[in-house]
Amino acid sequence: MNFDFFTDLFFSGITKGSIYALVALGYTMVYGIIGLINFAHGEIYMIGAFIAISMCSILAPLHISVPILLLIAISISIVFTACYAFTVEKIAYEKLRNSSRLAPLISAIGMSLLLREYVLLFQTSNFINFPELLPEVSWLDFMSDYLLPSQFIIIASAFTCMVALILFLKYTRSGIAMRAIAEDQVMTRLLGININSTISLTFIIGSALAAVAAVLISSYIGQANYNMGFIIGIKAFTAAVLGGIGSVSGAMLGGIVLGLSESFATGYISSDYEDIVAFTILILILLFKPSGLLGKKEIEKV
Amino acid sequence: MKKHLIITVWFCLLLFPFVVLKLPLHATEVVTYRWFNLPLVAVIAFVASFLWEILFKYRQKAKKGHTDFINKKLLYLQNKKLFPVYLLIAIIFPLITSDYNVSIFTSTFVYIVLGLGLNIVVGLAGLLDLGYVAFYAVGAYSYALLNLYFHLTFWQIFPIAGLLAFCLGVLLGFPVLRLKGDYLAIVTLGFGEIIRLILYNWTDLTKGIQGIGSIPKPNLPGIHLTEGGSNVFLYYILLALIIIALLCFHRLRNSRVGRAWEAFREDEIACISMGIHRTKTKLAAFGIGASWAGFAGIIFASHTGYINPASFTFYESSVILTIVILGGMGSPLGVIIASALLILLPEYFRFLNDYRMLIFAMCMIGIMLFKPNGLLQIKRKQFDLDKLNNATLE
Repeated sequence: MNFDFFTDLFFSGITKGSIYALVALGYTMVYGIIGLINFAHGEIYMIGAFIAISMCSILAPLHISVPILLLIAISISIVFTACYAFTVEKIAYEKLRNSSRLAPLISAIGMSLLLREYVLLFQTSNFINFPELLPEVSWLDFMSDYLLPSQFIIIASAFTCMVALILFLKYTRSGIAMRAIAEDQVMTRLLGININSTISLTFIIGSALAAVAAVLISSYIGQANYNMGFIIGIKAFTAAVLGGIGSVSGAMLGGIVLGLSESFATGYISSDYEDIVAFTILILILLFKPSGLLGKKEIEKV
Repeated sequence: MKKHLIITVWFCLLLFPFVVLKLPLHATEVVTYRWFNLPLVAVIAFVASFLWEILFKYRQKAKKGHTDFINKKLLYLQNKKLFPVYLLIAIIFPLITSDYNVSIFTSTFVYIVLGLGLNIVVGLAGLLDLGYVAFYAVGAYSYALLNLYFHLTFWQIFPIAGLLAFCLGVLLGFPVLRLKGDYLAIVTLGFGEIIRLILYNWTDLTKGIQGIGSIPKPNLPGIHLTEGGSNVFLYYILLALIIIALLCFHRLRNSRVGRAWEAFREDEIACISMGIHRTKTKLAAFGIGASWAGFAGIIFASHTGYINPASFTFYESSVILTIVILGGMGSPLGVIIASALLILLPEYFRFLNDYRMLIFAMCMIGIMLFKPNGLLQIKRKQFDLDKLNNATLE
């Protein structure tokens, strides 16, 4: 139990946490805007990883250098993932916006199963090797005892994406429209904002973040599998609920908190029960603060 | 026409990386292209876009009030006079069909019991429980473990399984009393996963992923049962359990607790202000719903003879939830019909093998798109004011 071990756990926790935060942002934005738990988001994340592998396999004969390959892989992955998220929304969620709470939930679960089976059927159930896309940054070697360069890249990219998202939501027209819909949908519609395209944009942005997260973490771990979306989905959703679902900063905070607590629990208690820690933390926080860490208290008017 | 072509091209491009490209398992192998899949995708997308339009026009017409074909048939099935016929068919069924059919119907009946239990939690009380499979697992594992370590028989463990599941349900209920809607959903989901992970990792007690095998079937005291005979006996036990579950459901609905549940589903604040005890009502819902899952679990364990944590994943929970919602929230007959559709039909469609789960998922989405409120709506008891007035006038 020395300082090295602590910093190891700390930084790997922040790395995992930033990945959870990126995926949790997708969940929380969709929930904030249409009140739906998008169970298919984890599978979108998985599809992002697979698209990146496909692109790298196609481009392999060209021998492109690693940083440029990373950018190409992320860009193409974002484009395809955005298209998938757009299609999923149009098929499974758009027509169910006006029905009861539970119908879109079942539709989402069905869509998640569909995407998972689709990838399983047309690809393989084995673990596929993910190409090494994180570049070697030599000027960061001075702290490689504490923080690996790849971890630094993941944390920095995630941080950049989150800052970009906050700026987008605060200053651009579409971002403000999204926040408006989350607050009061009817009024927004009366003011002439196109609800359908804004909701589609929400799904697209969420999926883009998930694609970035997928590419980064898969090149860190080195493999991808058709089942990877499910666990990340549950954990990221737990992170979103932990921070208060519907709140963007809550999702970020929840992701980091979840990543850190998982990391420390794995290091100091036992590594078998890693997943249980996530849910135990969730139950504890919701016992004392039912709307999450940064969530708004829902005032129910009678 | 142009729209359909655009959709076709879109799907061809979208599905290209998975359908056409086959990724290599190792970095040394090369990518294979399966171009023959592409025209297939194009044709299916084209046809599907037409079907999509037609089915939504149909849904629009149905919304406007014309009772369509499906609703008329379902209304006919609900006629109370048909129930003895159903019962008779169910009783003589195992005596005339093969063992394979009896086995499939037993699995379906297990899901019916699970659906009826979850119907209490989700349909009556409106508490979205995504971790229902945890109670199912507790029932199954309690039978397997008590039988393994203490050599108790089926009939001795039967009430214990229900009681254990009830206690677990009440235990789950305590932390979630104040939570609403989606927070409740994710916490129950987490609870279900916790139970599964404990079963998976605590190998000393539960033998982890190896599972527990050679679980005996229930015995009829005094009579020696053959292999097929004990299957039929299990079928009849299950049938009796379903009838008891339906009776309990009916009585609970019309009792004070049942009315409290339905009131909670509609408006929680009004209930609390009317003095209905929130804790007792919610815990009763969780506990009673969970105990039915416990009974279903013990029967599942004896039916399949082997259990391991892989049978109790979130996917099972979502199938049970789909059964309840597809059948219509709170409608027991709807649960029966929905389980027949979701469990029975895929068994008979096994010839589709690889594509089975894909088509199952597509059906799940499709059914939700076209019948979002479920197949059968539950009728709330209403006083017929005209009848009341006419009665007092005489």
